[in-house]
Amino acid sequence: MSNEMQIIFWILVFPGFVFTAVAGLLASWLVRKVSALVQYRVGPGVLQPFWDVRKLLAKEILIPEQANKLLFISAPLVAMASVLVLSTVLGVAAFWPGRAFVGDLIVVLYLMVLPSLALILGSSASASPHAAVGTAREIKLVISYELPLVLAIIVAIIKTHGSLSLAQTAAVVPAASISGAIACIISLLCIHAKIGYVPFDMAEAETELGSGVLMEYSGALLALWNLTSAMMLVALPMFLVVVFLGGFGNTWGGITLGIVWYVVILVLIILIKNTNPRVRIDQAMKFFWVYCGLALVVAVVLASIGSFYGISWL
Amino acid sequence: MSWKINALKKSPWVFHVNTGACNNCDIEIVDLLTPRFDVERFGIKLVGSPRHADALLVTGVVTAQAAPRLREVYRQTSKPCVVFAMGACACGTGIFHKGYHVVGPVDKIIKEIDPNAIIAYVPGCPPKPEAMISGVVKALSAL
Repeated sequence: MSNEMQIIFWILVFPGFVFTAVAGLLASWLVRKVSALVQYRVGPGVLQPFWDVRKLLAKEILIPEQANKLLFISAPLVAMASVLVLSTVLGVAAFWPGRAFVGDLIVVLYLMVLPSLALILGSSASASPHAAVGTAREIKLVISYELPLVLAIIVAIIKTHGSLSLAQTAAVVPAASISGAIACIISLLCIHAKIGYVPFDMAEAETELGSGVLMEYSGALLALWNLTSAMMLVALPMFLVVVFLGGFGNTWGGITLGIVWYVVILVLIILIKNTNPRVRIDQAMKFFWVYCGLALVVAVVLASIGSFYGISWL
Repeated sequence: MSWKINALKKSPWVFHVNTGACNNCDIEIVDLLTPRFDVERFGIKLVGSPRHADALLVTGVVTAQAAPRLREVYRQTSKPCVVFAMGACACGTGIFHKGYHVVGPVDKIIKEIDPNAIIAYVPGCPPKPEAMISGVVKALSAL
């Protein structure tokens, strides 16, 4: 296979679109099924997320009269494209460590912000008061969780002795130390907020804002948002596995271990989602900046001390 | 058109519209959406915006105040969609028949703006949640 063919295969099939979309829809089925089991009911069938997407693709697309049409339509495309590139970059770094693309942690960090930014743009372009409230909350939420996420990534960078390359971060396991474990747990919470699940779903807030940021989206555009959030369910836990838990590796044992970690993270996210009520935006901000921020400052200091004196467990 | 309507069968997302009901049908609908009846088995999900909805669960006689709102909500729903008239009032104005404030029933108001609208009726005062599930499933399999 030539190089270009290989790249197209990466983007469209294996770590990219087909794999991420199918795995993401299955993961979102798992979310709904486990939530159902927690509430002592049967829950939807395995194919339910696929039926939802198929139905949304068949529906009429309504665009509000006062909306900025260009932004309104392009926002879900941008969000989906960035998740697609994110999962491709992470997947290539995870499964082909030798052939890793030049992309590093900084690229991944930017790609992870893009879907939220696209959501903010799309919802503010939709000219709906509900969406406007949702947008304001989403902006504050992004500001809240980005700080601890960056600090957590700094811990991972210190653990790899200053390397930003994804292949090198995948080779070490920062979570096997005190500072790395703190960073891993807190970035799990940041990822939870990024996906927008219940304690941090104030931007969608179905009970008081209708569906907030997604209020005006319908038909195929809503299907794109659904697919995007399903794909984030694959890409973001995969990011945790690659950065903090040693990646997937080349061997079958390494791949199995990576998949086990992925499932553990997904189940943790689902359980947090099902056992917590929604917090207010100021509570979320305080939680991320004060508690998580302070814990991570301690983690950064510990990691630096450990790296300076060569103590690997700190 | 038929495959588009077919796609609705497996995942009807519902939006609840109250057009002047006495709240009895609404309580039964809210009851229907609790874990006890588990309508997510059929892919039914309550959504907060008519733009996401495939089915409008309309309760109540349509009052003069509610009629323009019902028309607006119907226009905002992305097509194809199904309208469910839930309860005796929504089906045929019930005991409020000839009331000074009544302009309904639901099908009359909806057909004013869309003569080809798909409307299903679940009578009862109020219909039990089991009757609503049965009505929704029957209506969707008849599509």
